[in-house]
Amino acid sequence: MIGIEHYLVVGAILFVLGVLGIFINRKNVIVILMSVELILLSVNINLVAFSAFMNDLTGQIFAMMVLTVAAAEAAIGLAILVIYYRGRGTIAVDDVNQMKG
Amino acid sequence: MIQALAFYLFAAIVVASAVMVILSRNPVHSVLWLILAFFNAAGLMVIVGAEFIAMLLVIVYVGAVAVLFLFVVMMLDIDFAAMRAGLVKNFPLGIAMALILLAELGLALGVYGAGGLELGDAAANDAAQNLGESNIEAIGRLLYGRYILLFEIAGIILLVAMIGAIVLTHRAPKPGARGRQDIGKQISRRPDEATVMKRPTIGEGVEL
Repeated sequence: MIGIEHYLVVGAILFVLGVLGIFINRKNVIVILMSVELILLSVNINLVAFSAFMNDLTGQIFAMMVLTVAAAEAAIGLAILVIYYRGRGTIAVDDVNQMKG
Repeated sequence: MIQALAFYLFAAIVVASAVMVILSRNPVHSVLWLILAFFNAAGLMVIVGAEFIAMLLVIVYVGAVAVLFLFVVMMLDIDFAAMRAGLVKNFPLGIAMALILLAELGLALGVYGAGGLELGDAAANDAAQNLGESNIEAIGRLLYGRYILLFEIAGIILLVAMIGAIVLTHRAPKPGARGRQDIGKQISRRPDEATVMKRPTIGEGVEL
């Protein structure tokens, strides 16, 4: 029988894969953004699973908010990427240290 | 039985395609694997009855976000082979971090399996909210009722993101550029200064 634990395991595995993707693709900012999307997807799976488990639709409303923020983040992130590429001709993020922050 | 089969199918494809997203050599392939992952996550959500979120996931992620990624990946001309150079160097650290996170999440799941916390009363929620309406009706009632402020804030977030993306990527045209549309000039044109009425007699041309 499929229970809430199965969904939490899938969410946990997706989350860890997203974090791993950020670590092993440190130079490629596009894949880093995709990994962030995977992390947000795992959060959504958890929210929906708990929503179904608790019979409380608030979890699904929250999943929609996460979806909104994920879409906004992707749009802004890719816009920054495009202007960075326009100025430098590369998107290697390991030498983004001009501001010395 | 069929539920378990569907769950394991969707879950296996989600995890496998997430692995391919982070390991594939070509970012275009990464985006395509990401689309597969989103589709199967939507499948996971459909089989627990959250069909509205599942359809939203397909529309927003596959229809908008993944296409945006694909657009940017194909627009930028980048040597992706050189970017793979750091992969081997960062791999041990990444694996270590991932194992630590996985162990922590496994610990949390083990604690939950040993008893878990009582955060809510599923039976009470069932009585209060399950009025026999469909998922979409229930979400609509909640979203346009109790969570209307949250809904409007989400709209503002999307508006700000849209304006931000346009402001960031918009390039002002060069002052003397040809072929630009001057909207003010177009609107302020009058018919009497733009057209000439002629009634040519037969056999003669028209002098402009």
